[in-house]
Amino acid sequence: MSVIVKEASKALSRADERAPISSLAKANLRKVFPDHWSFMLGEIALYSFLILLLTGVYLTIWFKPSMTEVIYHGSYAPLEGISMSEAYSSALKISFDVRGGLLIRQIHHWAALFFMAAMIVHMFRIFFTGAFRKPREINWVIGGSMIIIGLLEGFAGYSLPDDLLSGVGVRIVAGIVESIPVIGTYLMFFIFGGEFPGNDFIPRLYTFHVLLVPGILLALVGLHLVLVFYHKHTQYPGPGRTNTNVVGFPLFPVYTAKAGGFFFVVFGVTTLIAAFVTINPIWAYGPYVPDQVTAGSQPDWYIGFLDGMLRAFPPLESTIWGHTISWNVFVPAAVMPGILLGALLAYPFIEAWVTGDRGEHHLLDRPRNAATRTALGTMTISFYGILVINGANDIIAQAFSIPFNNITWFTRVAVFVVPPLVFLATRRLCLGLQRRDRDLLLHGRESGQILRLPHGEFIEIHTPISDEERAVIRSKVDIPALEAPSAADENGVATPGYKALRRRAKFSRLFYGDNVASPTAAEIAAAEHHAHELHDHEVDELHEAGKDAPAQLTD
Amino acid sequence: MSDTHGKDVSTIDAHSDAPLYPLPPHHHRLTDTDPRAARRAERQVAAMFALSALCIVAFVVGYVAIPTTSFIDLGPIGVLQTSNLVLGTTFGLAILLIGLGAIQWAKKLMADEEIVDERHPVGSPVEDQEAAAELFATGVAESGFVERTIIRRTLIAALALFPVPLIVFLKDMGPLPGTSLRTTIWKKNSRIVVDVTGQKLRPEDLAIGTLVSASPEDLDKVQEETGTQNARAKASIILVRMRPDEIKSQQGDGWDVQGILAFSKICTHVGCPIALYQQRQHSLLCPCHQSTFDLSDSGKVIFGPAARRMPQLPITVDSEGYLVAQSDFQEPVGPSFWERG
Repeated sequence: MSVIVKEASKALSRADERAPISSLAKANLRKVFPDHWSFMLGEIALYSFLILLLTGVYLTIWFKPSMTEVIYHGSYAPLEGISMSEAYSSALKISFDVRGGLLIRQIHHWAALFFMAAMIVHMFRIFFTGAFRKPREINWVIGGSMIIIGLLEGFAGYSLPDDLLSGVGVRIVAGIVESIPVIGTYLMFFIFGGEFPGNDFIPRLYTFHVLLVPGILLALVGLHLVLVFYHKHTQYPGPGRTNTNVVGFPLFPVYTAKAGGFFFVVFGVTTLIAAFVTINPIWAYGPYVPDQVTAGSQPDWYIGFLDGMLRAFPPLESTIWGHTISWNVFVPAAVMPGILLGALLAYPFIEAWVTGDRGEHHLLDRPRNAATRTALGTMTISFYGILVINGANDIIAQAFSIPFNNITWFTRVAVFVVPPLVFLATRRLCLGLQRRDRDLLLHGRESGQILRLPHGEFIEIHTPISDEERAVIRSKVDIPALEAPSAADENGVATPGYKALRRRAKFSRLFYGDNVASPTAAEIAAAEHHAHELHDHEVDELHEAGKDAPAQLTD
Repeated sequence: MSDTHGKDVSTIDAHSDAPLYPLPPHHHRLTDTDPRAARRAERQVAAMFALSALCIVAFVVGYVAIPTTSFIDLGPIGVLQTSNLVLGTTFGLAILLIGLGAIQWAKKLMADEEIVDERHPVGSPVEDQEAAAELFATGVAESGFVERTIIRRTLIAALALFPVPLIVFLKDMGPLPGTSLRTTIWKKNSRIVVDVTGQKLRPEDLAIGTLVSASPEDLDKVQEETGTQNARAKASIILVRMRPDEIKSQQGDGWDVQGILAFSKICTHVGCPIALYQQRQHSLLCPCHQSTFDLSDSGKVIFGPAARRMPQLPITVDSEGYLVAQSDFQEPVGPSFWERG
């Protein structure tokens, strides 16, 4: 036994006298994780979060969350002698007077952008593969909550430096809060300690950003990981993979090296990007002054869809009994995000209700096999994408010399027209792929080789597909659409909850009704038999025809 | 979620324990069969780790040697802070190389035979569930939670009220709005001065077609007294001058001075300051959400999400010939709010 192993087991046994480390190690050191590139998306999110915690702590060393006006005297000459908040002045100090300060700030900002991007792409991976199904619904809800909280956290973070760009963003949020019926004005005054902008907002936001929200996120991240660990990772279908096993590599040493190494890769790449690509150059915007603004104001990308929605909404406002309701602000900025995010969190439960599926799922769906779910996903992406584009309508208008009015009008129409079309197209595409899978399984792949038989008949040779492909295709589980119950039983007693059940059956038909049935084992056996027979038949015929070489046409 | 209808789909589990197709045979890597390839991989990994350590040395040198005030022009990439570039590159490479080395090690040299783990059922065994339910029932019985209704009900009442102070505490986060959103510091005879320069304005100082940002003369004083920018956030205005015959309508009779109109600068949508003026159409465009207002026609909305016209400030000239306000705004400026009416 090598010295390293001997010393490690000695340390282990000493530790074990205080806590049951060995039992933990025994159960988990060789825990199996399956391998797939798409499983690294969540890792990117996790590592970005760790980078954010680490760099965030450094930034707090120098940042002063105060709106007290000071006169700037620092290394950045263009702002010398300008009056600004202490927050902005200290952010400039981090950028220009602390060695490596700018680097830490830029790593922090890039990591925030990657954190959000990785979480959202990870969510779509989970969605399209059905990984949110039982028993992982709670982890979906935790993950979705982290995206929502991450969005707020990101907004709070880039608002803290109190530069002109972020100040305008805060002003917009104040306007949104004001639009909330009944309590909006009060809420705004409580948040800002009075009228906008006041002197309280930045210090309050700071506590929110560095203590409250990271604490919640950290707790959710921990819970998320514990559940991933406990449920064991889902896996893609393939030979040897079933719903009751997990095939892959052990946590120690392979995943320790791979996942641990990947943390360093994510950190390293983020740092290199921060070295070369300037992000959020607050010095170029100047300090926040409530009556100034920069043209082309853009929020960070993950806020873009909200801004796009705000830009596209028609100018509706009503006054009822002396009270104003700003539909044009309240609906796009509060109601619609609420509905979208609420539907997102509720999705696993909605799907389980519609399909009546209560089974445990550890083997991932191929997106084509859940055509309606996949179509809902692409539909959502198209809706989101249109809003993101409209969030940058001024930039696009300028870059392509189109009036921004046209882009806004395009958005107003497109959000209603494009997503349904995308839904239908995706669903068709998925069903087509299902049909193709069935063909592949039963008839194999077209080889492109045409064979003329001696009696003149032309046949195309089909080559059977490999067992790997068969294993993947045959992972499809046919879930029958639910039948509507009869309104009453034979004794005339009404079925309880009949209407809800009928509605559910309708949704279920929409979900699975058009699915292409997988071939049964008997059909596959018959197809294989047929293929052999055909082959034998050909051979016989060839023999009869005096061993003439068949004429082959190859394309 | 109990389910009284339909098939019991929990049996949808077409995958019995045995896979339809077995795990394909393991293929050895070159590094498993050729010791020379293995040694080469070993050298690659070691080189990455060593290079990482060198990068850290370079980082420390860069930290000491490069001041934060030096900049470097990288052409298409742009002008970068030298220190940021050097520290970021050395530190970034150092960490990246550790990661790449570890991954290369895992991929080329660590055992790569897939292993199979069986999944355990996610839930607890039935005996445990039953035992837990029984233990819980025993605890409930021992506490008397069910029979002692008065304790139970008062406890629920107490727990329901206990968060109240936590919310009441928040009351002093801010003052109540009162009527503060309805007024600005503009009043009769407030002099209008150009932003930043503080220059007082006579009508002849403004050429036709110009737009200037302006504020009340006493704004700086008010800001100093209150220590906030609140007054500026509401009182900021823009002045535009057009030919009097170009003015189709305005919000009050005689609110202009020789074709000079004063409007709030704060967008009625969500409050961004507005400064983009399209002179020919007399339209004012908000850079945040593209609400567009026609200043020659009472500041009404002609495009975008804003629902409300831009409030106009009635102006006149004082005895010395300077532009002044006739009064405060006649309606609240900025975004709408519930009590606005």
